[in-house]
Amino acid sequence: MAAPLTLLLIVAVTIRAVLFRSSLAELISERVEVVSPLNAWKRVVEGLALLDLGVSPYSGDVFHETPLMIYLFHFTVDYAEIVFMVSPYFVDCLSCFLASLDRFRKQKYALESDRYPADCLELLRSPKEMFYIPLKVAMFYLLNPFTILSCVAKSTCGLNNAIIALFIFCTLKGSALLSGILLALATYQSIYPLTLFAPALLFFLQRLYIPVNLRRSSFWCFTLQYAFIYVGSLVVITGLSFFLLGSWDFIPSVYGFIFSVPDLTPNIGLFWYFFAEMFEHFRLFFICVFQINVFFYTIPLSIKLKEHPVFLIFMQIAIISIFKSYPTVGDVALYMAFLPAWSHLYRFLRNIFLVSCVLLACSALFPVLWHLWIYAGSANSNFYYAITLLFNFGQILLVSDYFYAYLRREHHLTHGLYLKKKDGTEATLVLK
Amino acid sequence: MAAHRCGLSLVFILIFSSLACPSSCDALEKANENTGEKQSVSDTPREVNTDGSIAAEDLNERQWQSTDVEVDRSDGTKDSESFTAAAARDQFQEELVIRPLHSGDIYASFQFRTLWDIDFLQERQKVSHYRLFPKSLGQVLSKFSVRELHISFTQGFWRTMQWGQPFIPSPPGAELWVWFHDTVSDVDGNWKELTNVLSGIFCASLNFIDLTNTVQPSASFKPLGLGNATDHRFLRYATLPREIVCTENLTPWKKLLPCGSKAGLSVLLKSEKLFHSSFHSQAVHIRPVCQDEQCTSKAWELRQTLNVVFDLYTSSQGKKEWSLFKMFSRTLTEACPLATSSKIYVDITDNPEGELFELNPVTPLLSQAVVLGDRRTYSVFDLTRAETFGQLCSLNLLLRWKGDSGDMLRPLLHAERYVAGFGLQTGEIHTVIYNNHPYRAFPVLLMDSVPWYLQLYIHTLTVTSKSRDNKPSYIHYQPAKDRHRPHLLEMLIQLPPHSMTEVTVQFERALLKWTEYTPDPNHGFYVGSSVVSALVPSMVAMNTNFTQDQPLFSSFVPVKEESSYFVRVYTEPLLVNLPTPDFSMPYNVICLTCTVVAVGYGSFYNLLTRTFQVDEPSLPLEKRLANLIRRIRGVPLLA
Repeated sequence: MAAPLTLLLIVAVTIRAVLFRSSLAELISERVEVVSPLNAWKRVVEGLALLDLGVSPYSGDVFHETPLMIYLFHFTVDYAEIVFMVSPYFVDCLSCFLASLDRFRKQKYALESDRYPADCLELLRSPKEMFYIPLKVAMFYLLNPFTILSCVAKSTCGLNNAIIALFIFCTLKGSALLSGILLALATYQSIYPLTLFAPALLFFLQRLYIPVNLRRSSFWCFTLQYAFIYVGSLVVITGLSFFLLGSWDFIPSVYGFIFSVPDLTPNIGLFWYFFAEMFEHFRLFFICVFQINVFFYTIPLSIKLKEHPVFLIFMQIAIISIFKSYPTVGDVALYMAFLPAWSHLYRFLRNIFLVSCVLLACSALFPVLWHLWIYAGSANSNFYYAITLLFNFGQILLVSDYFYAYLRREHHLTHGLYLKKKDGTEATLVLK
Repeated sequence: MAAHRCGLSLVFILIFSSLACPSSCDALEKANENTGEKQSVSDTPREVNTDGSIAAEDLNERQWQSTDVEVDRSDGTKDSESFTAAAARDQFQEELVIRPLHSGDIYASFQFRTLWDIDFLQERQKVSHYRLFPKSLGQVLSKFSVRELHISFTQGFWRTMQWGQPFIPSPPGAELWVWFHDTVSDVDGNWKELTNVLSGIFCASLNFIDLTNTVQPSASFKPLGLGNATDHRFLRYATLPREIVCTENLTPWKKLLPCGSKAGLSVLLKSEKLFHSSFHSQAVHIRPVCQDEQCTSKAWELRQTLNVVFDLYTSSQGKKEWSLFKMFSRTLTEACPLATSSKIYVDITDNPEGELFELNPVTPLLSQAVVLGDRRTYSVFDLTRAETFGQLCSLNLLLRWKGDSGDMLRPLLHAERYVAGFGLQTGEIHTVIYNNHPYRAFPVLLMDSVPWYLQLYIHTLTVTSKSRDNKPSYIHYQPAKDRHRPHLLEMLIQLPPHSMTEVTVQFERALLKWTEYTPDPNHGFYVGSSVVSALVPSMVAMNTNFTQDQPLFSSFVPVKEESSYFVRVYTEPLLVNLPTPDFSMPYNVICLTCTVVAVGYGSFYNLLTRTFQVDEPSLPLEKRLANLIRRIRGVPLLA
């Protein structure tokens, strides 16, 4: 286990180091798919330059990082490459999480194998399969071209991913304090991880064997405790930024920018062209609708998946990366790293072939159509827009397919794998 | 009706009583004129005769007397006295400078100066009696508490390398800069109203000036008149590089002149000729000046300028000759009756002995002045003198070139600008500033105002001269706010002697909302000229061997006011293409994007609200019918 992981790390570092030194690095850091106005390295450098000129970086509309980020880079700007090289390895913690998860599962497997119907044993993962999951997750993240691009472009998205990965790790390790603090940090960085509060809370409740019951005081006691950690650290972090900067300018410049979507630079998301073409008097309405859309899924998903908080985390991260206002491929890479963890769902996926084809084709077509539109002038914005639509459609299909497979597996675990109709013939399962 | 007639007669009295000017007023005016001439070195030339002695100031003595109008003074003698005092404090001068350019073009520069010895800002009184000063502008000044106002409309681009420096530089399109009085509390509100009012007065699109193209330069635009206001919160500067200047802007501009286009130099201002030119620029400058030498009280100066460059060389089949009639299709017959001075200057510096060209009619009056650091000689035609017009009672200046003109001295300061890069994603603005002085380095202030949709990256700013890094000693940078304010970049750069300094800064092009594009979005977006302001060492000071006329003791140390002169150079405006959305399909985009969101929502909704069930195929039709009948009969149903 350790040897292949070390090998993987060495390969990953080599690829990044080679790309950093190559002439491709500059090209990659200009790609709109890889960097967004929120996390472009060029804008971080601009913010630092403004700070050096004695101008508040938030007085203009170029810099949208949080104050802690600018002070982090103020001291580490010379070592930026190292920071970005290191940050993906925090995501390795994800693999550790899976190790811990698997240990948990292994016990469960031994305990519960007799509880499930006999034919469901093949649905449960054998310990041997689980042994390789951490390695697979690490590989999926570290060698994912999306991650590599994002890292080589020095997009601060990599750092945000690292924070979220650490948060998941701490949550799965069971440290409510660290988890709350890291969740606050992730929220502070980009608002949207706010929705991860629900799965984290559900996980802790499950872990402490506290039933989700609104009438139970133990439930409320823990919920308040966790919420206090979260809100408290959020307040502390925000206050700290205020004292570092001496003004609240960063609130509209960072969070206002995320919510009101004033920058319509093309990216892989759904927002840019929609709001470029929007009728002025409907703009506010649709901004509200689109932003509520991101947060809204938390409630029904938490109810439906309250027994499966880890899968809920995956669903939330995926929804955020599809529907957020300035998505980049780095966000996509984060939830894709989870996919090997659900390898036991493969047999229930309905259109994984189609989806992978769509995603691969789109990834190839993004630069092509961008070139045709922006440089060659032989295509127009609709071409690029069509690809973003298809890419998001593919992502939605992928996520809903995994959701379907997960629910179906749960159904089979309780009702047996080979269901029979009343007349004894083989039955088909439908959603009703 | 009676009231109307009464008002009309009051106006008559106002005008004519002032024309029949008492001698005391006369003296006052002369005094004013003296101070005026002492104030500005560059544009009020020293009068010299051909033999070099200073001409007597008898040019102003001839006052236009009203002889043929009877004024009924019986009903308003008292009023007319009080008016006389007020009205006599106005004066008006007109002037035309013609300079043959080395490219073969002709540069004609009109200046009309109205001086009004009143200070409506300080007196805080309602001034309702206007004589020469246009009422429309006077009311604007007092209503918006304007301290200084400069507005220019320019069609075409001034080619500094071919034509030298203009007397009054202006950028292509419209430019407006205003200093407000420091008692104004809501400067932005005043500015907005003022631009709208001026838009109406000049029939121009100044109403498109809003916060997104207004800047407050910290150093480049200092007040030109009295008062050393330094707080740039009261300054507003805006340009509209795309403004097209045409007849509809000229007509209201001419209406501001006391004589309109009826008499004096302004009869030459015919739009069909003025706009058939390589360069056309008209401007209005209003500023407070001193009334007298002690500067105890202020006066308002309105300077209307109009600069034209005619390309007569190509239109007259290579013959280098011009005349007033050829340029303006009019000749002059009289001065403006209201003007205290009315003169035409023709630049004959290159032709002291008449070997290069021949000027007809000849005039005995010569004038020398240091204009823009260069000593120039002018032939002066005084229109207030009857003998100027000769026997035909009309003046048609004619200049015929005999040989090729010599080389022009290259302008000491010159700047140009262009956009580099390809594609619609990023780009780079290059500003190149030339210092052509052989041995003197001097600092220049570079001001750039870039619209918000080009996002500048200030960390990519490089200033290089002689392929070496040249760090600006002062940088004032105000980054843009999307849809609220433009970028403002001001730098103080030291230009090494005889060098080319290149300033580059990278930018990123934004995708705008479809409603924010101009009607022809693929034409591109204009970025206003950058402004280079500098104190340039003068040519006169440069030429230390110039001892022909000057005594030796006067030329060792350069004279202070002649050692350097202020120049403002405007670069070309930029035309930048932005990526455009497809304007024809907002509905399609809204539908398609909403569909994708709905697919996401629908599939999640489906999975969230439904549960898995074994699919029991429904019974065939005949069995269902049979079951229906069985249910009615009360018999057990078929499976």
